[in-house]
Amino acid sequence: MPAELDIELHTRSTHVRSHFIRARLVLAGLVLAVTAPVYAQQPAATPAAVPGRGGVSQPLADPFPSTYQPASSRPTVIRNVNIFTSAGPLVRNGSILVQNGKVTAVGASVTAPADAIAIDGSGKYVTPGLIDTHSHLGVYPSPGTAAHQDGNEMVNPVTAHVWAEHSVWPQDPQFPRVLAGGTTTIQVLPGSGNLIGGRSVVLKVAPSRSVQGMKFPGAKYGLKMACGENPKRVYATRGPATRMGNVAGYRAAWIAAEQYRRRWDKWNADRQGDPPARDLGNETLAEVLRGNILVQNHCYQADEMMQMIDIAKEFGYQIRSFHHGVEAYKIADVLAREGISGSLWSDWGGFKMEALDATRANIGLVHAAGARAIVHSDDASYSQRMNQEAAKALAAARAVGLTISDEDAIRWITINAAWALGLEDRIGSLEPGKNADFVLWSGNPLSVYARAEKVWIDGVMLYDRLDPRQQWRTDFELGYVTSTGGSR
Amino acid sequence: MRALHGLPSRARQVATLAAAVASVAGPVAARAQAAPPPVIAITGGTVYPVSGPKIEGGTVLIQGGNISAVGRNIPIPAGAERVDATGKWVTPGLINAATNLGLTEAGGPQFSGGYNDTRATGTKGIAAAFNAWEGLNPASTFIPMQRGDGITSVLVAPAGGLIGGRAAMVDLAGATVGAMVVRGPVAMVGAFDPTAGNLQSRGELIGTLRDLLTDARSFVARRAAIESNQTRPLSAPKADLEALQPVLNRTMPLAIAVDRASDITAVLALARQFNIRVALVGAAEAWQVAAEIAAARVPVMVGAMNNIPGSFNTLGMRQENAAMLKAAGVQVTLIGNGPGDGATFNARNIRQEAGNAVAYGMTWDDALRAITLAPAEAFGVGDRIGSLQPGRAANVVVWSGDPFEFETRAERVYIRGALQSGRSRQDELSERYRRLPPNFRTP
Repeated sequence: MPAELDIELHTRSTHVRSHFIRARLVLAGLVLAVTAPVYAQQPAATPAAVPGRGGVSQPLADPFPSTYQPASSRPTVIRNVNIFTSAGPLVRNGSILVQNGKVTAVGASVTAPADAIAIDGSGKYVTPGLIDTHSHLGVYPSPGTAAHQDGNEMVNPVTAHVWAEHSVWPQDPQFPRVLAGGTTTIQVLPGSGNLIGGRSVVLKVAPSRSVQGMKFPGAKYGLKMACGENPKRVYATRGPATRMGNVAGYRAAWIAAEQYRRRWDKWNADRQGDPPARDLGNETLAEVLRGNILVQNHCYQADEMMQMIDIAKEFGYQIRSFHHGVEAYKIADVLAREGISGSLWSDWGGFKMEALDATRANIGLVHAAGARAIVHSDDASYSQRMNQEAAKALAAARAVGLTISDEDAIRWITINAAWALGLEDRIGSLEPGKNADFVLWSGNPLSVYARAEKVWIDGVMLYDRLDPRQQWRTDFELGYVTSTGGSR
Repeated sequence: MRALHGLPSRARQVATLAAAVASVAGPVAARAQAAPPPVIAITGGTVYPVSGPKIEGGTVLIQGGNISAVGRNIPIPAGAERVDATGKWVTPGLINAATNLGLTEAGGPQFSGGYNDTRATGTKGIAAAFNAWEGLNPASTFIPMQRGDGITSVLVAPAGGLIGGRAAMVDLAGATVGAMVVRGPVAMVGAFDPTAGNLQSRGELIGTLRDLLTDARSFVARRAAIESNQTRPLSAPKADLEALQPVLNRTMPLAIAVDRASDITAVLALARQFNIRVALVGAAEAWQVAAEIAAARVPVMVGAMNNIPGSFNTLGMRQENAAMLKAAGVQVTLIGNGPGDGATFNARNIRQEAGNAVAYGMTWDDALRAITLAPAEAFGVGDRIGSLQPGRAANVVVWSGDPFEFETRAERVYIRGALQSGRSRQDELSERYRRLPPNFRTP
């Protein structure tokens, strides 16, 4: 057992280091050869024992590696602007400087290089790029034709073997709209029809011909799990038909996965004999058990979340975020204690039995209990107005007497969301060294009247409301609506 | 007087609840009263009558459930209850003109009943005689939530069907449906959508509507023959043909959901052919034919929070739609097209729609009109609600600030002169878990 653990840790740290190197190379503009296959970093083995990379199950395998590379960009400085950094109090009339795709300085005044693009932000606001932990962009694209319903593999209650990225249509016209709302990073999840729906993928909201070109380099995968009404409704005739059936289904899957993990960790450690049979579903679940994939658990009711926490303990994994969690406020103290974030709506509810106890104070109450509260969308329209939804949740929290700052509300859509994706060291706040994902707002983003004016990802301006040439249109949109449509 | 009938018992019930939680209740909650006092003077606020320019430091005088005077230097009768609204904004109660509120809770038919007539999902999707509001539940827990955000009236409409049935305008107070209704029916509701009638094409859709209206037109002249089945097969049962008469004689509009620009043009042509009044609902691509709509003097109900080409009918959807229509001279009503069940649970988000309409080019005054007087006029109840004028029902909201901003609260909500509670089931849940009582502390 200790030997297995060693291998696990070794592999993980090698992987982290490789991504770090890759990121640095990209930064320096040395993008050649940075997509060297991750398999090259796997523990050395005798060639004869490895039947080919698709034939074995390796921790942190990356068969569809990110090809995302930011375009080169000039240094950019915004002056006289109010900055929500998500790392401290609002900086009033300050400046932010970004260079080489990273934030280099934020403060009352900064010294910018002579060639920097200078923007006057008088009366305006800057926030980190917004992060949506719950999106179905690309897998449920628009227009919503039957041919594009690729988000829910509802053929079996456990479909851990599917990966959301293989359903993502990069020409989904919802991507540019979400970007225009200031959202720069999204987690695209499989739907909630299954107990275990498959792998999520973290994407930059940036144009690309392939999903690989949108994938956030080095981001961990997520595993979509779903409680409650949806799976038992989908499988009513063949099971699970009840909540107890749901729980039995999760546990059976984890039992098989734990066995699989042991078998493969042993083989990867000693490479003795034939490798075990590779199974895509168990491989994903085993990666959860190794801590390499983060659990993203759709769950509405407090009582079911409590049960999911026990299941996680039974099998030794962590739940990173409960999604939707309309009753999270009932167990906010437990979420704080267990270190589980809540990806929540500001005001959705009532649309089914398990959503009946929704309250607009949910996010505020979870925050006040010391748990990580996150505003998430699950909706391509909502995802364009994450700031408004945070403002709504903030107002509701204050209405029930909670003292919560504007800065905290911005954290719900930035750094807290980054944490749920395991990316809090890269995005979610404006601090030196972090990715230069940021938004210039026409006014306070907590006002209904504010609009994202310019949006940058990795220091590259990808959206400018004031310049139609800087407004991404997907292939799908061309020709359908004349340019008299102007900006959206 | 019908306007006040039925209010006291529910208001009293709410008042009892509110009193029990007065220490923690929101501003709207704790002041509900058993019956409206004869005279209320709301003074000192910035008053937005909508029917006229704003009045700084204005007074709204309420007598017997109606507005009796609005303006500066209004004499206040002795004994009137004075409400100091200094620093507050005073507007008409907001109207959401596209809801299914009270028809169902918890997500639809499997729990508490649906929104439409069986025939609306039948072969031709025609259920003109259906009265959606007759199934409204005045005790719906979704109703106080809306009041708490300053919504005082809603259009309760059927959902689904080519001709889905009739809608009514209701006030969100009253113990019975009869007490809530402002006027009903106020519109025939339909959808310009082949799938709504299980049809194959737009051509078939237009033909079906034409046949229906033609048969309805012949109904009056040939009533006797129809009653005795002495006619060729008609396109709808007698009750539906009869229900369409107010549409044909222009006393009631056909409010039709239609998105594609060419479909809007087709609806306008149909309206001309049969000389009927229509209102366009949804109208995603209306901005492309704004001049045509304005010339036809057809009101439009649009949202301001959707730009997603969710279907091939809405490829041109954009958030500037409302502003562009208004600029072209169209009477615009803002309805919900944002996310999150804007027709029931979140009908309250109409003020977020208004704020977004302003962000995308509408004037603030026009946006307020678009959720007050514009829908009232479009549905023929402008003489009762939608503005602060003498003689109108006293549906009045005192806001802590700009009603479109999230931080603003509806501090006092009056419906027909009676102070309402906005305290909802959701508020009770929040309070319970805000300070967890000992019995609930075991996780």
